[in-house]
Amino acid sequence: MSENVYIIGAGIHPFGRTDGRSGREQGVYAVREALKDAGLDWPDIECAYGGSAAAGNADIMVNELGLTSLPFTNVANGCATGGSALSAAQQAIASGMYDLALATGFDKHPRGAFNAKPADYGLPDWYGQTGMMLTTQFFALKIQRYMQLYGISRTTLGRVAEKAFRNGTLTPHAWRRSPIDLDTIMNAPMINDPLTKYMFCSPSEGGVALILASEKKMKELGADGVKVRSLAVKTRPPDSFEVFQPGVSIKEGGKPTVLASKAAFEKAGLGPEDIEVAQLQDTESGAEIMHMAENGFCKDGEQEEWLANGWSEIGGKLPVNTDGGCLACGEPIGASGLRQVYENVQQLRGRGGERQVPGRDGKGPRFGYSHVYGAPGLSAVAILERA
Amino acid sequence: MGQKIDPDLWSDGPEPHLMGGRLPSGEIVFPMPTGDAAQGVEPVRLSRRGKLWSWTSQGFLPKEPYEGPGSGPGEGPPDFRPFLLGYVELPGEVIVESRIVDCSLEDLHLGMEMEFCVVPFNATHDTYAFRPVAAQESKAA
Repeated sequence: MSENVYIIGAGIHPFGRTDGRSGREQGVYAVREALKDAGLDWPDIECAYGGSAAAGNADIMVNELGLTSLPFTNVANGCATGGSALSAAQQAIASGMYDLALATGFDKHPRGAFNAKPADYGLPDWYGQTGMMLTTQFFALKIQRYMQLYGISRTTLGRVAEKAFRNGTLTPHAWRRSPIDLDTIMNAPMINDPLTKYMFCSPSEGGVALILASEKKMKELGADGVKVRSLAVKTRPPDSFEVFQPGVSIKEGGKPTVLASKAAFEKAGLGPEDIEVAQLQDTESGAEIMHMAENGFCKDGEQEEWLANGWSEIGGKLPVNTDGGCLACGEPIGASGLRQVYENVQQLRGRGGERQVPGRDGKGPRFGYSHVYGAPGLSAVAILERA
Repeated sequence: MGQKIDPDLWSDGPEPHLMGGRLPSGEIVFPMPTGDAAQGVEPVRLSRRGKLWSWTSQGFLPKEPYEGPGSGPGEGPPDFRPFLLGYVELPGEVIVESRIVDCSLEDLHLGMEMEFCVVPFNATHDTYAFRPVAAQESKAA
């Protein structure tokens, strides 16, 4: 990487359910918000990367945004669609080829759990027919074993959800904006033991857009930029345990999140102790707990103490999922990873409003960390720095 | 007995075994790969006994391609009933995902002895499952 890359514009379409507005229209809305934020017009954008999982191709957005002949690459990378779009946009600027690039993601899913087709994942039909190919089961199976091995209690799972909904009440772009108390969370219908209804995120809708610029361009525009300190995208290593696996190796393998986290910290020349705000994939409560350790923020089992003491609350020693995460925002696949980055951009610029993290110097956090995980076993990590 | 949900998933006979594959590296995988991926992979009968590695319940009716009870007319009882599933570690071989039967959630614990069985799945098909080895039998074994 040669050139420094900055995020100078960030836009979001509120997550949740927006009847009468397509996923792509929500993406276009987000792009216009990002342009406004950066003080730019659509023809200023030199290249674009974007996608959705279930709401069509992103390059059609030019119909609404304007036929400026820019190269617009569609990204289809499942849960990492946003992360991959961001990574491609960053490379476009870092290479010196472009000065202004767009990364966008949007989606609109039907209600209820995702249903995947076995053939799309190279799996036999019986795996789906017998009811074992559900993402929710994977997360339950992973946290169930983790709880047994490291002494994580069900109450701790509940506390993660309680925090998410509390943070959601402070977040204009969140879907779930009412608090839910611990008892209600713990006593809600069981979806996949040990996870109740309120411990899972739901597929939803939304759009996010980020505008990336070279340092030269940012200075020229006098824009309020946040530096992309490092980015890492990693697919699964051998012998790992991932979503949609009828058979798992008896050897304990690596984890894509651990690899992406280490690579991002190494590239940034930073460690977990430097991070002041983190957005971690919380498909369900257990995922946030396990990802705290996989990303290096605590040791396995310490989450029990973290949640009991509120260390991951806004105002705690490392606020996690300050906008309520996937639990409060829902998960529009194509937009979800970019939402995390959007939230960090807001936090680093001191625009977090009621949910603003004070930071160690009282001027907001200096370093923000985001982590997305998805099928078929990949993780993307982005570390941002206040300019 | 119904038809097998997949003809090659487990071996026939009075003591059926789940079928895995041994890669040229010696590593055992489940299920046995098909098509080009099967080249050089030797089918192997997997152990009928293993230890519970993790577990969960399925509390809601899965969407298609699920074909079990509750998924449509002719697939068995019209109402969906929650079921158990988990991973069972077959010693020295591979950890397999499976339905878990003949027990309740409260009975399950890490490392529990489990054994292979074939169970009816819907009105027409059987599938494989694991069930806890009865305490008595476990001591005798």
